[in-house]
Amino acid sequence: MPDTGPRSRTRRITGPKPFDTGSGPRVDIDAHRAGAGIGMVGPGKTMDISFVFTQLISGLTMATLLFLVASGLTLIFGVGNVFNFAHGSFYMLGAYFGYQFVSVWNCGFWPSLLLSAICVGIFGMLAEVTFLRRIYGRANEGGFQILLTYAFILIIDDLVKLTWGAEYKSLPRPDGFRGALRVGDIFIPSYNLLIIGIGMIVVVLAWWILARTRAGHVARAAAVDREIVGVLGVNVPMTMTLVFGIATALGGVGGALAAPLRTVTPGAGIEVIIDSLIVAVLGGMGNFWGAWFGALLIGEVNAFAVAFVPKWATLFSFLVMVVVLIFKPEGLFASRKVRTL
Amino acid sequence: MKNNTTRHLKAGSLWALIGLVFALIPLLPASSYPMNLAAHILIWGLFAIAFNMLWGVTGMLSLGQALYYGLGAYGVGLMVDHLGNAYFLPGIAVGLLAAAALALPLGLLVIRVGGVYFTILTLAFAQLTWQITFKWYDFTGGDDGIQSIIPPGILGNDKVYYYFVLVVVLLSLWILKRMAFSPFGLVLRCVQQNPDRVRFLGRRVRRNQLRVYIVSGFFAALAGGLMAGVNKSIHTDMLFWTTSGEVIIMSVLGGLNMFIGPFVGATVIILIEDLVGAHTEYWSLIIGIIIMVIVLVFPKGLVGEANRFKQLLTRTGSGR
Repeated sequence: MPDTGPRSRTRRITGPKPFDTGSGPRVDIDAHRAGAGIGMVGPGKTMDISFVFTQLISGLTMATLLFLVASGLTLIFGVGNVFNFAHGSFYMLGAYFGYQFVSVWNCGFWPSLLLSAICVGIFGMLAEVTFLRRIYGRANEGGFQILLTYAFILIIDDLVKLTWGAEYKSLPRPDGFRGALRVGDIFIPSYNLLIIGIGMIVVVLAWWILARTRAGHVARAAAVDREIVGVLGVNVPMTMTLVFGIATALGGVGGALAAPLRTVTPGAGIEVIIDSLIVAVLGGMGNFWGAWFGALLIGEVNAFAVAFVPKWATLFSFLVMVVVLIFKPEGLFASRKVRTL
Repeated sequence: MKNNTTRHLKAGSLWALIGLVFALIPLLPASSYPMNLAAHILIWGLFAIAFNMLWGVTGMLSLGQALYYGLGAYGVGLMVDHLGNAYFLPGIAVGLLAAAALALPLGLLVIRVGGVYFTILTLAFAQLTWQITFKWYDFTGGDDGIQSIIPPGILGNDKVYYYFVLVVVLLSLWILKRMAFSPFGLVLRCVQQNPDRVRFLGRRVRRNQLRVYIVSGFFAALAGGLMAGVNKSIHTDMLFWTTSGEVIIMSVLGGLNMFIGPFVGATVIILIEDLVGAHTEYWSLIIGIIIMVIVLVFPKGLVGEANRFKQLLTRTGSGR
């Protein structure tokens, strides 16, 4: 794999290079995609049923991880109209917390998963309360949101580097999920199944909360009309903070779950955020089920693209997005209320 | 009438002063490093102002201007790499044409959606181009970029090239400024404030947005092409999203609502990076904190805050 990736810095000035230490984060740009891949098959291989099945599982794994990030993104956008560009950084934080709890403090996998989700959620709520909340309602708010969350990316990236160093970290898979299940001639890594299972639980849980509980109703109402909800006596800023916390916690779970499959590096957040953005846009920003469908689509497209044209696989998610947006610029499932300038 | 002339003179003298300062830099002793820095400031200033035509003026926040910047750079780089140094200037022209030719269909596609969708789409297309450039090793050199791009003939001299950059940048800024304060520029401002009203007045919103998108991409490509000659090398990072992010930061730091704002922002950011970069590896932490302070405390940017300060000082008692 080439040592490439989102370089920390473009050196602009030729001549003396005081801070190009060369030890910056070198992330394999395909790591987070290929990591979910199980079998890489050259274009010459026959396309039998087991191959299709293997790629399906691989795509589902990636889709689940994408969904965990994209659903948070879309939730924040839907409820608070906040575009959290730093959502990928919370994913990365989740991975690092997972590493810290599992490998350094030996908490065991399951408690670590929960703990890192909680930590990331608290971190997200703090960020929302301390910083983001101050710019709500300002003129040109969208731009300032992006800038502020962009600042989060830069700061979190460097904080992670300061705390954990710039080198790769890896996480062991939990006990009992190291092997593979055998179904006929097909081997499925059980950890992938675990991820898919957890993803399904999260989907159902999130659906249940949004559709059946009072808190979910409040959140959905706030998405439609904040002012009226506020007038009805709901603490809207508090709701927003909670939603932000839950959404970032979802991203954190995604990161912690993905850590054993992919390497943990600073700068991992940015590639994830771009894929999640594609997913969220595909489904229509703010649409929960749209994000789920978008994640499935992108995950499967990627899994099969990696198998057939590994070199150009990363282009396919963009292609899907372009095609969809030509025909439905507001996303597949969005109601037609996209503000057209 | 007289008032008008003085105003023109005042504005003109500011630009003359800027031009003079930059023209004098190569005369400094041991000028190679400051000259290099000044060339970067000029080019990034142009890039940032071209970007601000989109955001500050028209209200379209693009997170993908690196696409055009990189296109300009790769126009030069690929021509020089495949055909030879003599093709430097034609390379710039090719980059500019390519940028305009790409901005037209792409613009048609991305301006159909507004707000944050526009931002995401531009980001996605820029990242797509970055990926292609990155992976197409045989043609673009991939991660290695393209080295030893030496401008031909007399431009090969660093000082001559610097003056070439200075002239081109000042000329472009003049054109952009004329554009920003022309009727076209006024329509663009109206588009930002109230697109519906623009429609009622019989102006086409989309068409004007498309025009400014192409103009912005064109000048971004010009900046990229010039930068290829300054650094004598190009790299895929020029297409990476952080490059787009950087011009946003410059624009906000300088001030969105002022024409000169992004240029000031570019100057400050480049000087800060030069200073900070010499001392610490954690430059992005510092840039991040700077952005945060600007966004939360000084949203009008340096030029905007300076103007407010000036107004406070010169406020007369007449209630004006």
